[in-house]
Amino acid sequence: MLNVRGLCKTYGDTEVVRSLDLQVRRGECFGLLGPNGAGKTTTLRLLLGLIEPDSGSIELAGIPIPQRAREARMKIGVVPQMDNLDPDFSVRENLLAYGRYFGMSRAAVTARVPDLLEFAGLASKADAPIAQLSGGMKRRLTLARALVHDPDILFLDEPTTGLDPQARHLIWQGLRRLIAAGKTIVLTTHFMDEAERLADRLAILDHGRLVVEGAPRALIESHIEPAVVEVFGEGLADWTERHAAAVCLRFETVGETLFCYTDTPERVIAALQSAPALRYIHRPSNLEDVFLKLTGRDLRD
Amino acid sequence: MIKHLRLPQLSWRFIPVWQRNYLVWKKLAIPSILGNLADPMLYMLGLGYGLGSLLPEVGGMPYLPFLAAGTVAYSTMNAATFEVLYSSFSRMHVQRTWDAILNAPMTLDDVLFGELIWAVSKSLLSGLAILAVIWGLGLYGNFWLTLAIIPVVALVGFCFGGMGLVMNAVSPSYDFFLYYFTLVITPMVLLCGVFFPVSQLPPLLQAVSAWLPLTHAIDLARPLVVGAVPDAIGLHVFALLAYGGFGYVIALALTRRRLLK
Repeated sequence: MLNVRGLCKTYGDTEVVRSLDLQVRRGECFGLLGPNGAGKTTTLRLLLGLIEPDSGSIELAGIPIPQRAREARMKIGVVPQMDNLDPDFSVRENLLAYGRYFGMSRAAVTARVPDLLEFAGLASKADAPIAQLSGGMKRRLTLARALVHDPDILFLDEPTTGLDPQARHLIWQGLRRLIAAGKTIVLTTHFMDEAERLADRLAILDHGRLVVEGAPRALIESHIEPAVVEVFGEGLADWTERHAAAVCLRFETVGETLFCYTDTPERVIAALQSAPALRYIHRPSNLEDVFLKLTGRDLRD
Repeated sequence: MIKHLRLPQLSWRFIPVWQRNYLVWKKLAIPSILGNLADPMLYMLGLGYGLGSLLPEVGGMPYLPFLAAGTVAYSTMNAATFEVLYSSFSRMHVQRTWDAILNAPMTLDDVLFGELIWAVSKSLLSGLAILAVIWGLGLYGNFWLTLAIIPVVALVGFCFGGMGLVMNAVSPSYDFFLYYFTLVITPMVLLCGVFFPVSQLPPLLQAVSAWLPLTHAIDLARPLVVGAVPDAIGLHVFALLAYGGFGYVIALALTRRRLLK
């Protein structure tokens, strides 16, 4: 569905995207992960043909981008990072106006509006002004707006950033319905649980480069020990010195917390019994552990 | 900016952009029309009757028709300028409406052209209202010639719409537009013969005035009000088209640089 080869983009002296290769198959949900400034949003803008790459090629359903970007965009729906619904229009008018930008006739858009409103759970808000919508409603409307021309593929740039858990779950349900209906989805996020829940495959970007690519489960299994024990509290340094190397396969101290990666968490917990002042959390390792291992713990802002 | 400079690719896809602005305007049409027209109308009638009663003749005619012709050009200039500065800036920068449109199969060329033609539409509205007053008060020499003011008004809208879009592209905030008004628009009003004939200016300023777009607009509008065919129509039309056209092309390059980095 989407085929990216050797994509490069430089702004001034900064290489924002460095020879990126990506393949997204029809009907899959592909996650694009990375810290702030990793090049996720620039990649999406390149994929839309909004900016031109310095080198490399992009093909969407066989259509080269940016050469035939206009044609390609007929097949793409976009949910941008920042809401840009039209505040001068009601919910329904937003969908009607957006359909016109795709060259749809009024009759064709009007016919789609009830389904889109139902999908967004906004049927009762059809005539409400945008200012009256909650953050979650706005996101759902933005998602519905992206579907107005019935695209084959959806680009979502951090679709649930800033939403409360209820609103996030509603968005996820919507995305699952779309995946079930055969849409292809490309999703950027820095919520690892979101990627783990939705993505069939994902790529982690850092400094514009592809660090790793694969299914979430497979990445966890191949890059990280199966369990993590996080230890914190009084006397941590002392305990770490005496026990960590013996009971952890790998460990690191971040601030006041020791992260102990292991395949035998019961041994770690047994060793912790000698230090009752220490508290701990024992959990299976997850995508976030992989992400932090591969991209480091430094702040990127 | 140079690398973003290229010939615009115009298409009929600007229509949904125009239509979007029209539909929003329609919701508040009456207050918007009254708001747009009250100011030029008050100036024209207040100064025209008040100051006009003191003056025997200005530029070879009574003051009120003289001022009415200036006001047609001046109010259409303002209508287009306000539209592409404040309103377009809201849509581009504050509401991010253009970003949303650009994710559809639309180009910046389409978006800016839609905005420009919308500014022309607002100018037409403003110009027609002043024209209605001219008709109502019988301030014209030949009714049929006043009809030619309608395309002139559209040209003035195109000219100042294109110029204003350049300002829109480079402004970091609304505050910046004040410079454009104090450094460009207001001097133009005083130099181009809106309130008094250009011939009253010192020769140097008269020479400057000859290059200003509002002068060309007034050189077309004033004879048409009085009932004469303007001189050098081709030159004036060309000047207005050139200012607007160059403005649009440069605004396109600057806006591309601003939005698509």
